[in-house]
Amino acid sequence: MAWRDSRRNYSRLLLFISSIVLGIAALVAIYSLGYNLQENIDGQAAELLGADLELSDNTPPTPKIAALIDSLGGQQSEERSFASMIYFPKNAGTRLAQVRALEGDFPYYGQLETTPATAAKSFRNQKAALVDQTLMLQYQAQVGDSIKVGEVTFLIAGILTKAPGQTGIAATVAPSVYIPLSYLTQTGLAQKGSRIVYRYYFKFVPKTNIEQLVKKIEPTLEAEDYNFRTVESQKQDTGRTFRDLTRFLSLVGFIALLLGCVGVASAIHIYIREKISSIAILRCLGVKASQAFLIYLIQISGLGLLGSLLGASLGAIIQQFLPAVLQDFLPFELETSLSWVSIGQGILLGVIISNLFALLSLISIRTISPLNVLRESFENVTLSRDPLKWVIYALILLFVFGFTWLQMKKWTDALAFTVGVTFAFLLLTAMATVLMWAVRRFFPSAWGYLARQGLANLYRPNNQTIILVVSIGLGTMFICTLIFIQTILLDRIKLSTDGDQPNMVLFDIQSPQKTAVTALLKQQRLSVLQSVPIVTMRLEQLNGQTSTEALKDTTTRRWRGLFSREYRVTFRDSLISSEKIVKGKWIGEVKDFGGVVPISIEDGYAERNVINIGDTLTFNVQGTILTTVVASYRDIDWGGVQTNFLVLFPKGVLEEAPQFHVLLTHVPNNEVSARFQQTVVQQFPNVSMVDLGLILTVLDEISTKISFVIRFMAGFSILTGLIVLIASVLISKYQRIRESILLRTLGASRRQILVITALEYFFLGTLAASTGILLAVAGSWALARFSFETPFNPQFLPILIVFLVVTSITVIIGIVNSWGILSRSPLEVLRQDG
Amino acid sequence: MANILQLQQVSKVYRSGNRDLKVLDEVNFSVETGSILSIVGPSGSGKTTLLGLCAGLDRASSGSVELNGIRLNNLNEDQLADVRNRYVGFIFQNFQLLPTLTALENVMVPLELRGEKNVKNRALDLLDKVGLADRGHHYPTQLSGGEQQRVSLARAFSNQPQILFADEPTGNLDAETSEKVEKLLFDLNKEAGTTLVLVTHNLELAAKTQRIVRIKGGKVVSDVVVS
Ligand SMILES: Nc1ncnc2c1ncn2[C@@H]1O[C@H](COP(=O)(O)OP(=O)(O)O)[C@@H](O)[C@H]1O
Ligand SMILES: [Mg+2]
Repeated sequence: MAWRDSRRNYSRLLLFISSIVLGIAALVAIYSLGYNLQENIDGQAAELLGADLELSDNTPPTPKIAALIDSLGGQQSEERSFASMIYFPKNAGTRLAQVRALEGDFPYYGQLETTPATAAKSFRNQKAALVDQTLMLQYQAQVGDSIKVGEVTFLIAGILTKAPGQTGIAATVAPSVYIPLSYLTQTGLAQKGSRIVYRYYFKFVPKTNIEQLVKKIEPTLEAEDYNFRTVESQKQDTGRTFRDLTRFLSLVGFIALLLGCVGVASAIHIYIREKISSIAILRCLGVKASQAFLIYLIQISGLGLLGSLLGASLGAIIQQFLPAVLQDFLPFELETSLSWVSIGQGILLGVIISNLFALLSLISIRTISPLNVLRESFENVTLSRDPLKWVIYALILLFVFGFTWLQMKKWTDALAFTVGVTFAFLLLTAMATVLMWAVRRFFPSAWGYLARQGLANLYRPNNQTIILVVSIGLGTMFICTLIFIQTILLDRIKLSTDGDQPNMVLFDIQSPQKTAVTALLKQQRLSVLQSVPIVTMRLEQLNGQTSTEALKDTTTRRWRGLFSREYRVTFRDSLISSEKIVKGKWIGEVKDFGGVVPISIEDGYAERNVINIGDTLTFNVQGTILTTVVASYRDIDWGGVQTNFLVLFPKGVLEEAPQFHVLLTHVPNNEVSARFQQTVVQQFPNVSMVDLGLILTVLDEISTKISFVIRFMAGFSILTGLIVLIASVLISKYQRIRESILLRTLGASRRQILVITALEYFFLGTLAASTGILLAVAGSWALARFSFETPFNPQFLPILIVFLVVTSITVIIGIVNSWGILSRSPLEVLRQDG
Repeated sequence: MANILQLQQVSKVYRSGNRDLKVLDEVNFSVETGSILSIVGPSGSGKTTLLGLCAGLDRASSGSVELNGIRLNNLNEDQLADVRNRYVGFIFQNFQLLPTLTALENVMVPLELRGEKNVKNRALDLLDKVGLADRGHHYPTQLSGGEQQRVSLARAFSNQPQILFADEPTGNLDAETSEKVEKLLFDLNKEAGTTLVLVTHNLELAAKTQRIVRIKGGKVVSDVVVS
């Protein structure tokens, strides 16, 4: 019976199905991606690390660690890496790169992929380097050219295309240059004060129990603050990163599904409305209300299942393309395979949610009385009073909340999401209602007939205003928010390059070099905007406790890095514009140094590590022990181009400590920047420079890639929005079809009917698009204001374009739909049953 | 007197699947301006089809239909629509009011389509004549069948048509209501002097007209003028 009844009305049910297909497809694709990522990470974890064990730190190994390294045996490799300027003599190109001085046969798993392939091995025994392909491209260098690192000129032995654990994005940010470790000293870059990371890679004989080994050496490593990574820990870390990514993506997919459910709800609503007479007849023939309800419930469940199955198949296909989209972000090759679990999850999700939304309209079947045979008055069936309806709304909200909770793992986030989505729905509904009321109340009776008819269609019985405004509005909101966020992020960076703001940073300047570098700046007519001394130190004790003691204290959750990190500290007598005291008292100068030094720490850092005002911190400043007390917390705006510090000392303490300097300047253009960089690199090879222009290009590149991923995902929502839009318009077409034929009968011309339709959809599209845009503006403003803490200047042009596109698509779909009506013979009017 | 409607050798063939179904078979007849005529016949005999052809709702397979001197065969859809709007009024068995318009708006539509201004008063006048002046703002679903048919009567007369086609106008109404609607129809018609073509299988109703055309199996079987 359930099947027999659905035989007609195919098209409406098809819409119902297609509404959820894309959402399910997106989710299945993303779930599969998640599983595939996990599988690939598990399978390629060894290649991610390139070794069985890695020990690392930013200080040279202590005697104890050195002894430990010796005792571990196996095959060993050593790498020292640091940021430095590199220089291409051929065209005088210079840029900051990540120099990796390597010794040994690392990587033991996977390989350094190079062109030519032999270069990965051959560069190690000669004065040669492997240069990342982004650098090679940027400076049009060829294999066989030379590259200068510090004082040494290397032959470029090969182009580096892939290294263990490195992503395409990382290569864009800090392209690598591999050199043999034996030449490091000659480069003159390994001086005191340079931030060198020391890494030791190990490969043990097969079947070595790494876990046991790590357990054995862990206490020593911890005591000496040395970091380690194993294949297993690497697996977990990488897994965690990508779980976050897939979680975010699945939320995007879920929004597409929710949007589709709007389509489901409206399709079913209209479907039931058209079925009222059949249902009433069935009721007359003695079918019970519950039976009638069941007939349609079975029907809809079947269709929900069908839609979910289709969606899942589509998702399985789309999933094959995701690796191409994401490849730049992945540190490994992603191989895809079908994940039945994710397909099952997607289908289950689709069936549940489509049924929930369908139920909203389905339950009204129970209230259709046999009397409807005699007089059709669906309008009079008061649905909202049905308490069951509220139960279903509650179920839907609960489901949305539950699902997002599962994704986000934090109930506050899930709640915020649920409330946000509900709010958007409600607001759009409210807008539509207000519109209908306003049109009615302030009806422009002076307008021509066609305009009035088009406008009046918005509030007439059986209108689609609410459903269309909600679906188009949500779609528009989504697209706009994406555009806005992208511009917010880019604006934020651009802001700092404007005007006389510093846009170039010179760091690692040794104290004796400072005057010479400053002179060089002057000579190039560049001014020193800021000069910051930096002293490096380590934390020895917190409130008299050593690192092991402080970390053992399980009542507080402190980060291991609290002790292991190298603190880069500056000293001054006043605060700068990017910081302000939020707690305690700022003391700018210590007159007669000898006692405890009052310092200031960043508030977030203090909170994370449970450091209170008044706590004593004992620092080791390159051999000298300094006792300090936390006098104040500072709130820091990290956004601008300024040097900011977690720990800030007052004047009068560190002046004589070994230090290096950071200079900030403003270069007027790329030409000056390039010329200046070349000069500095040649005279002071150890000084590194970052040109914000470069960072901007890099960030631009990254954000283009990210926004491609986001757009790809948002594409599902937008497409679903479009389908829902088409669905809603199509549904209204079935309602309007009789009306239009009747109008034809009464003598309306083709043009007249088209104009009425176009106007109606124009009004609808306009309202929906502007509401969506307003919502997006409000949302993005809040994001900019509270989350990114930047002013939000929405751009007019994208808004206008989105508005025009959405409105015209609405009108076009509306017109295309009614086109068919025009070719129908008006004679049907005579034959149709009332 | 001149003929407002003239049919010559009109046939209508429907293709259903690969079979041809001849619904009207070489029908000839003409209607004098201002006359009242009824078409009767059993269900399925082709009455509605004939009416549709006369009113320019459909095209004949062969033969010619001339309405008010205009050959409908040669007109395109928009021209047909224009002819309907100018000269033709309709009343249907199932009322066929626009469900999304109020009663008043339904009456106004034919005039508004013509681009006429200030039509509200004329529509109100007509609603008043059918006794529904106070129901103008109601939607069709809020009206009873009889009331809906009265609205459609008002609508049919609103564009002052030359000829009015009514397809079983009382077929869906009870006897008492039917009588009321019939009376209204004849009264309004008399007042306006419109030609009326009435399709019915109600012989009593047919007897009230001046001429009865009987069709069966798509052919005119008798054409009698009532004294
Ligand atoms: N579109 C169509 N296709 C095929 N046959 C049709 C179509 N429309 C009507 N008919 C047939 O034409 C015949 C006459 O129909 P109709 O004019 O409605 O009769 P009446 O109005 O006298 O009851 C019927 O047998 C009907 O089945
Ligand atoms: Mg008929």
